[in-house]
Amino acid sequence: MIPELGHYALVLALGLALIQSVAPVVGARRNDATLMQLANSTAVVQFIFVAISFAALTACYVRSDFSVATVYENSHSMMPLIYKFTSVWGNHEGSMLLWVLILAVFGAAVAAFGVNLPATLKALVLAVQSWIASAFYLFILFTSNPFLRLANPPFEGRDLNPILQDPGLAIHPPLLYLGYVGFSIAFSFAIAALIEGRIDAAWARWVRPWTLAAWMFLTAGIAMGSYWAYYTLGWGGFWFWDPVENASLMPWLAGTALLHSAVVMEKRNALKIWTILLAILAFSLSLIGTFLVRSGVLTSVHAFATDPTRGVFILAILLLFIGGGLTLFAWRAPMLKQGGLFAPISREGALVLNNLFLTTACATVFVGTLYPLALEALTGAKISVGGPFFNLTFVPLFVPLMFAMPFGPLLAWKRGDILGVAQRLTLAFAAAVVAICVTFAAMGVKSALAPLGVGLAFFVMAGAVVDICERSGLFRVPFKAALRRGFGLPRSAFGTATAHFGLGVTLLGIVFATTWGSERIVSLKPAQTVSISGYDLTFDGLVPRDGPNFRELAAKFTVREGGVPIGIMQPSKRSFPTRSMTTTEAALMTRGPSQLYLSLGDAEGDGSIAIRLYYKPLVMLTWLGAVIMALGGALSLSDRRLRVGAPKPAAKPAMQPAE
Amino acid sequence: MTRKQRRLVLIGVSLSVLGVAVALVLSALRDSIVFFNSPTDIVEKHVAPGTRIRLGGLVEDGSVRRGDNLRVSFKVTDGKTDIPVIYQGIVPDLFREGQGVVAEGIVEPGGTIKADTVLAKHDERYMPKEVVEALKKSGRWKEGNQDFAGDKK
Repeated sequence: MIPELGHYALVLALGLALIQSVAPVVGARRNDATLMQLANSTAVVQFIFVAISFAALTACYVRSDFSVATVYENSHSMMPLIYKFTSVWGNHEGSMLLWVLILAVFGAAVAAFGVNLPATLKALVLAVQSWIASAFYLFILFTSNPFLRLANPPFEGRDLNPILQDPGLAIHPPLLYLGYVGFSIAFSFAIAALIEGRIDAAWARWVRPWTLAAWMFLTAGIAMGSYWAYYTLGWGGFWFWDPVENASLMPWLAGTALLHSAVVMEKRNALKIWTILLAILAFSLSLIGTFLVRSGVLTSVHAFATDPTRGVFILAILLLFIGGGLTLFAWRAPMLKQGGLFAPISREGALVLNNLFLTTACATVFVGTLYPLALEALTGAKISVGGPFFNLTFVPLFVPLMFAMPFGPLLAWKRGDILGVAQRLTLAFAAAVVAICVTFAAMGVKSALAPLGVGLAFFVMAGAVVDICERSGLFRVPFKAALRRGFGLPRSAFGTATAHFGLGVTLLGIVFATTWGSERIVSLKPAQTVSISGYDLTFDGLVPRDGPNFRELAAKFTVREGGVPIGIMQPSKRSFPTRSMTTTEAALMTRGPSQLYLSLGDAEGDGSIAIRLYYKPLVMLTWLGAVIMALGGALSLSDRRLRVGAPKPAAKPAMQPAE
Repeated sequence: MTRKQRRLVLIGVSLSVLGVAVALVLSALRDSIVFFNSPTDIVEKHVAPGTRIRLGGLVEDGSVRRGDNLRVSFKVTDGKTDIPVIYQGIVPDLFREGQGVVAEGIVEPGGTIKADTVLAKHDERYMPKEVVEALKKSGRWKEGNQDFAGDKK
C-alpha cells in the first residue's frame, strides 16, 4: 500500500506541475492575478506531494519491503538504520526522486519567500520551474519508477553497493543536489526575464540570494565528495579529474562567475545580458552533469545504473532546456536594454576579469571532459584525458585569477586606482614573500613552483584580511572608531572576504599535500615497524571482526611519535557476502591539519600484509578552505535576506572602500 | 578613455585570455592524452616503446606472479593476444585471474607494459567499458554472461 501511495502522490505532483506550467503564463499574458497566484499554491502543494512520495519510498527502505524492486536491489535487512535511509538515494531511481524533491523545495521556497517579487515575474519563474519539474516527473514515472513491485517478493535484499555504505552518502548527494538544482532558480529567472523582455538591476538582487544558496551547497557538496573519495578509494588522492568530479566542478565555476557578474548588474546596472547567459549556462552545466552521471556514458563509481532508454530521455530533456534556453536567449537578448560600459580599471573591470578567467577555466574542463566522448563517437579512438591535461590547462588559468583576487574588492566602482590598491596590498605582498622564503628555507628547492604556490595562497589570505582592515579603517583611524565601522560593515563584505580567504586556505592545503606528502608501500610481518615523516607504525597483528552485514579483517597498528605511543590505527578489508565484494577501509589519524593515512593491500600466506602509508601535510586545509568558502556564502546570504525583505536602492556608500 | 577604447580593451583582454586558453588546451591535448588499446591493438599498431597507453582486457589465468617488494607481473589477454604487464604496488580489491582489468603505463622496449596504475572492476556485476569493447572486438564477448554484462539488469 505504501509504495502505491508514493507512486500516486508523484503522479498527482506531475498533474499539478502541468497546471503550473501553463496557468501562470496565461495569467501573466492576460494580467489575470488569480491565474498568476495559482502558481503559489500549486508550488507548495507540489512540494507536499513529492515529499509524501519521498517519505513513502523511505518507509519502504526502512521497513525493508523487498517487494519493491529498488529496495530489493539496493537494501538488506541487516544494514544499519542510517544506510537504510541513505540507500534511498544510493541508486538511480531514488536519487532522481531526491532530485525532484529538492526541485520542489526550491519551487515552494520561491512561492513562499518571493513576496516582494513583481507578480508577473514570479508567475513566470514558477512556470519555468514547473516545466523542468514536469520533465523530470515524466522521466521518473516512465523510465525510473522507484515504486515498481516485484511479482515474487524475495526474503532478502541484494544489499547496497558496499562502496556506498558510508556516512558520506548521507551528506554528499543531498548537498550536491541542493547546489545543482538550486541553479534551476537562476535559470528560471533568466528565462522569465527573457520572456518578459525586461531586465533591470532589481532582477539581479532577486536572483543573487538563490544563486548564493545554491553555490554554498555546491561548494560544500564538492568538498564533501572529495573527502569521501579520499578516504574510500584508498590511494590518498582527493581529486582525480574524473568526469563525474568535473561534472560538479563545471556548474561551480559557472555559478561562481554568475555570483560575481550579478554583483555588477545589481550595483552598476551593467553586464545584464552576460549575467542572463551565465544563469542559463550554470543550470545547463548542472543538467549536463546529471546527464553524464545518470546516462552511463561514463564509466565511473557513480554510474550505478545504466540503461539506454534513460540516457536518451535525459538527452532529450537536456536538448529541450539547454537548446530551448539558448535559442530563447539568442532571439530575445538583442531586444533587452544594454547596460553601460565602464573603465577597465575598476571594480566592475576586476569582476569582468574574474568572469573571463572562470568561464575560460570552465571551458577547458568542459573540453577535457567531453573531448574523449566526442572523439570516440567520431573516430572510434578511445583516449583518456586525466590529471596532466587539467594541470596544464586549468591551473595556468587559475593562477592569474587568484593573483588578481585580492585586488578586486579593494578597487573602487567606476574608476579604480590600481597603484593605490597595490600600495594598500603591501602587507599582503610582504606576507607572500615571507611565506615563499620560509618555504624555500624549510623545504628546500625540491620543487620550485610549490613555494610560489604557498606564496600565492598567503597573498590571497592576507589580501582578504587587508580588505576588511581597509574597509573598517583599522590602523588608520582610532581603534574604537575602526571597531565601530567594522561592525557597521554589511555582512556581505565579510562574506566576500571570508570566501576569498577560504580559497587561499584550500590552495595552501592542495600545494602542501601534493608536494610534500610522503608515501610508503611496503609489506610487513607482525611486530615489524615502518617509519614515515617522524612517525613509527608497528604492525601488531590481524584482528578478524564481524559487522552487521559484512566480515572484516582489521590490521592493528600502534603509532609512535619520537618513541611515545600516540594512538592506534586499524585499517581493514571488509567483505560483503551478499554482493561478494571486498572494500578497503583506510585508517586516518589527524595530527593538527595534517593526516596519517593507512590502507591495506593483500594479506600473504606468511602472515605479512601489504600496506600503503601516506603522510599528508596540511591536507585538511583543502576541505577546511571549502567549508570557509561556504561559510562566507552563508554570511553574505544572511545579509541579503534582510535587504531582499525591504527592497530599496543599494546602500552604495557602505559597499565602497571606506575612505 | 572613450567608449570605443573601453570596448577595445575589453575585447582585447578577452581575446588574449581565450587565445592563451586555446593554446594551452591544444598543447595539452597533444602531450597529455593517453590512448586506450586492446592487446591485439598493441601488436597490430606496433606501438612505439616509451609511449604511454591504457591497456584493457582480462587477466590471463595462471599468469599472476608475485615477487618481492609488492612486485606483481601478469598477462592481459583479449583471447587472441596477450601482453605482459609488470606493476609494483597494491593491486585493487577485485584484481583476480580471469577478470577484467585496465592497466595504464609505459610500453617498454621488449613489449612489456610497466604499469603505474591498475584498475579492476568496481563490483561483481560491473566490467570496465573499455574491457568489454576489447573483448567484443576479439570475438570473446558473450552476451548475457553475468560476469561480462556490465551493469545491465
